[in-house]
Amino acid sequence: MRHIIAVLLENEPGALSRVVGLFAQRNYNIASLTVAPTEDETLSRLTLTTEGDDSKIEQIIKHLYRLIEVVKVVDLSGSDHVERELMLVKVRAVGGVREEVKRTTDIFRGQIIDVSVDAYTVQLSGPSRKLDAFVRAIGSEMVLELVRSGVSGIARGVKVLNG
Amino acid sequence: MKREESNTAETLSGGDMLIRALQDAGVTCIFGYPGGAALHIYDAIFRQQKVEHILVRHEQAATHMADGYARSTGKPGVVLVTSGPGATNAITGIATAYMDSVPLVVISGQVPTEVLGTDAFQETDMVGVSRPVVKHSFLIRDCREIPQVISKAFHIATTGRPGPVVVDIPKDVTDPGVTAPYSYTRKVSMRSYNPAVRGNGRQIRKAVGALLEARRAIIYAGGGVILGNGAEPLTRFAKVLGVPVTNTLMGLGGFPGDDPQFIGMLGMHGTYEANMAMHHADAILAVGARFDDRVTNNPAKFCPDAKVIHIDVDPASISKIIKADIPIVGQVASVLIDMERALAAEMEKRDAPDPAVLEQWWQQIHAWREAHGLDHDLQPVADQRILPQLAVQTLFRVTEGDAYITSDVGQHQMFAAQYYRFAKPRRWINSGGLGTMGFGLPAAMGVQFAHPDAVVACVTGEGSFMMNMQELSTCLQYALPIKIVNLNNQALGMVKQWQDMQYGGRHSQSTYSDSLPDFKTLVEAFGHVGFKVEDGADLEPVMREAFSANFKNKLVFIDVWVDPDEHVYPMSIKGGSLRDMYLNKITTSQQGDYM
Repeated sequence: MRHIIAVLLENEPGALSRVVGLFAQRNYNIASLTVAPTEDETLSRLTLTTEGDDSKIEQIIKHLYRLIEVVKVVDLSGSDHVERELMLVKVRAVGGVREEVKRTTDIFRGQIIDVSVDAYTVQLSGPSRKLDAFVRAIGSEMVLELVRSGVSGIARGVKVLNG
Repeated sequence: MKREESNTAETLSGGDMLIRALQDAGVTCIFGYPGGAALHIYDAIFRQQKVEHILVRHEQAATHMADGYARSTGKPGVVLVTSGPGATNAITGIATAYMDSVPLVVISGQVPTEVLGTDAFQETDMVGVSRPVVKHSFLIRDCREIPQVISKAFHIATTGRPGPVVVDIPKDVTDPGVTAPYSYTRKVSMRSYNPAVRGNGRQIRKAVGALLEARRAIIYAGGGVILGNGAEPLTRFAKVLGVPVTNTLMGLGGFPGDDPQFIGMLGMHGTYEANMAMHHADAILAVGARFDDRVTNNPAKFCPDAKVIHIDVDPASISKIIKADIPIVGQVASVLIDMERALAAEMEKRDAPDPAVLEQWWQQIHAWREAHGLDHDLQPVADQRILPQLAVQTLFRVTEGDAYITSDVGQHQMFAAQYYRFAKPRRWINSGGLGTMGFGLPAAMGVQFAHPDAVVACVTGEGSFMMNMQELSTCLQYALPIKIVNLNNQALGMVKQWQDMQYGGRHSQSTYSDSLPDFKTLVEAFGHVGFKVEDGADLEPVMREAFSANFKNKLVFIDVWVDPDEHVYPMSIKGGSLRDMYLNKITTSQQGDYM
């Protein structure tokens, strides 16, 4: 099962490499990874998605906690949460297809943020499933280039992850 | 009153700060090797007397010495090396300490900050290279960080599950021309690092209940008991409960090896009775052990009837391999003391353990031991090659079971573990997790530095010994009276054993009998004393001589030519359960062995 794991870690050089190294070293997989400082500039927040059964996820969390710079870890998938991912996709858009791409983008509530003679660049955000669905709707043969930010997530309600 | 802080208004250079911080951390002895990037630090060492520096011959050996020092004292070992090759040579020793959770602080010189990342002479990314084998690491950017980083490094290395910490220091940071105010604080507080101490009271009571309800309980105690100074409470707890105790390779000495409740080491080369008792147990109290693959054999077939209680300071060790029914996270000694109390309270309430049930369990264990236990009373046989087991038994007798014994890796290591019965913790020092050949001699040196008057012996094999024998020169420099017992089988014995058993006897690259040095002459060239023993009848007299007052201040090397065809038994049958063992070259354990 896919899990979204949020990690709060000291905003220090080398901290990210320890997290990434841990996954490589222990043969865990990282499907996506995103990291940036938080409102407290001494802390970074890292969100990663990985696959595994409950015992594997438990081990991942325990091993993350073993890293000295890790302050807090939570498996967001374990409770009610919202997740978002940003995608920029450059789509071939010539002739009649231009209108079709525009319509599909509107349906998915995306925006065209760059226009050229034969291409559109579409910006779309939402849960990963929605981004996948957009690409299927457009047709992957139409995609010239695609970039995704990786998943960010946050628990619903007043529950927070802090140092 | 303990001095917690030294607040001086002194202004020091980075190099002086580093040495002063080591002094303030209580360090009296460091192991190292100089080089360009560390020269400012070496100059600071020259200008003081409180920290003694031991000059090694290879950085790997420096880390093993610090490791032996740490394992035998419980205090952190400290290493100082230069950048590049100095740092990379230290990696094997750091990894060895990491696998066995030994507290080390390894300080490496680094190229100056302004050339970091330019592939400068003797540059290597030490923090990056060491990352998978350290508990933590630091790269210091400014000399003002030194006191705090050193304080943190010792705190991290020695608390929770101990481990090695690397501190990488670019040369400009220790520049004698740059000074700053020095202040050292021993107290460290880190929001992201708060290791567990006390175990959960409810879990502890549950564990005691499960042990009292069990009919065939067993205590399986690992290296954590020794690292966590838990040997005394463990022994008391086991005595009250009256159940058998088995130790892992790393745990030997954590429970007295000469106690009737001790049933030997378990695992791949564990005793028959220990492995059988584990397999048939209905409750296992695992203390500071990590269910290593060399212990469990096939985890799917591990101890099918057992309820598992697991005490460990590292939550990540619990349910990593074998699911714990009752996990207890906490320091081993603290948890065991709480368990003792809970056990006493519970035993007042109920008639348990039932002495008749316990007696039945012990009868079974005695029957197993009777059938296939180790023979601790071997005798030399005329006209036959010396058995390596006999050499270890003789060593045990000659040293009255009270020496510090280090070992290398292979058959000799297993024979030492099986036949030298350790009565005390911190006496058995070997590379269990990483299995580092070349560990034994430098580890013995570290032990001897820490205990100058103690008897320290290194049980080794000629293969392992040759991996770090350059340290014989260091031994002469510091007059270390180590006794080396070399079980010389003219081959890489354990490799050869596996090739005998699993590869049709094809000894691929495991023999070199026609190119071995004459070890007696070799050690004499290094200024030490050598003996060669080929006849079993000479074994004990030579050993008694080597350990006598005649050689009290000399390193003595005893080259014992042992039977090259001997195998280590019992040995787990791959893929099986703990009860599946080869007992000798022709017999395996039978599944009907349980009454």
